[in-house]
Amino acid sequence: MFNYTFHWNQALKALPQMLDGALVTLQIALLSMIIGMAIAIALTLFRLSGNRLLGGFATAWVEVARNTPALFQIYMAHFGLGNFGIHLSPFVALLVGIAFNNAGYLAENFRGALKAIPETQTRAGRSLGMTSLQAFRLIVMPQMLRVAFLPATNQMVWAILMTSLGVTVGMNTDLAGVTQELNARSFRTFEFFAIAAVIYYVIAKAVTLAARVFAARMFRY
Amino acid sequence: MIEIENVRKSFGSLEVLKGINLTVAKGEVVTIIGGSGSGKSTLLTCINGLEPIDSGRIKIDGTEVHARSTDLNKLRQKVGIVFQQWNAFPHLTVLENVMLAPRKVLGLSQEKAEEIAVKQLTHVGLAEKLAVYPNRMSGGQQQRMAIARALAMSPTYMLFDEVTSALDPMLVGEVLDTLRMLASEGMTMICVTHEMKFAREVSDRVAFFHQGVMAEIAPPEQLFDAPQNAETKKFLAATH
Repeated sequence: MFNYTFHWNQALKALPQMLDGALVTLQIALLSMIIGMAIAIALTLFRLSGNRLLGGFATAWVEVARNTPALFQIYMAHFGLGNFGIHLSPFVALLVGIAFNNAGYLAENFRGALKAIPETQTRAGRSLGMTSLQAFRLIVMPQMLRVAFLPATNQMVWAILMTSLGVTVGMNTDLAGVTQELNARSFRTFEFFAIAAVIYYVIAKAVTLAARVFAARMFRY
Repeated sequence: MIEIENVRKSFGSLEVLKGINLTVAKGEVVTIIGGSGSGKSTLLTCINGLEPIDSGRIKIDGTEVHARSTDLNKLRQKVGIVFQQWNAFPHLTVLENVMLAPRKVLGLSQEKAEEIAVKQLTHVGLAEKLAVYPNRMSGGQQQRMAIARALAMSPTYMLFDEVTSALDPMLVGEVLDTLRMLASEGMTMICVTHEMKFAREVSDRVAFFHQGVMAEIAPPEQLFDAPQNAETKKFLAATH
């Protein structure tokens, strides 16, 4: 019943192609993090602003991003917007979908980090003659970054893995897309996806380790 | 000179300061004693404008603290405050904690700020701890650092808000010694404290607060040995 012959050679020959795909994967993940982080900062400010409209908008974003499937978010960016005549390429749709998701999670992360810094820290700064902006920039923000850093790293790993959902919107240049095309031509599903999985694993681990090293150097207290 | 005139302050329906009058001259050391909830700490945070007041006036060297036109950031450079919780900045070393405000608020150069910080930290006995992060120190050491941090701004006045209350009894002495030293150097100070022995030793005058009212103020010998007010007598009897 188990007479499958592995063809690793065929799969390994495609390795350079897959590694090229991995670069695209990293590129999308990195871009989606940068965009997501910028939006998350804006959402956090909206939620702090006390303005009901801005606050409501930010809360709605966070709620939807965190409580609906990432796959749907990417689908919506490609096919959903397509219904309205807005046609995004698979690359852009994937980027938009993941950035949307990242922004929601990161905004929640930033809010938690902000709450973790006691009000008395600001007070101590103000009592030394600092403006509220100085107290935030010099005292609160550096401490916030420490609290938010590791969860943000997790989000980066999650973003890398989420890029694989791009195959569902026709993405064929990232690691998952390349792997899927190779698979479709050869039907060596197990071999190709096993190798792709190893590549994803190595990238994710490398990101986590790099973040740890960076954190140990940056946050010494 | 700090002039406090008929200051009233409420938190919601609770009136915590019910018309306080107090004048503190340069070089004077005034301690404020009294039960918790008597308004002592609130008064200190009103003096440097961290809390607004409802009515009355507080003037520091003639500048009205709560006037709209007053630049509080500027005024606070003149009035240092140290809290019960020392609020060390955990992400900075001891030296950086003390240098931060002189650098960023006073705009001093790195060298000048460091010189001042080292001097103040040496003054409070922390010369060995410059490169250490605050969480590696005891509460008493962190509190002395907070004092040095306030002193580095060269304030004219210092407010101390129960600075030994959160400390291990073993560590109270080192912080009180620092305060004694400042008093003997002629620093103008208002200290809210529960340390009666300390209050008796360092104060020019001791004020007793009771339920938002300054029930009595007198030189320490008089207040402790011959209190006039019935509430003062009760309080001292209970704490002795």
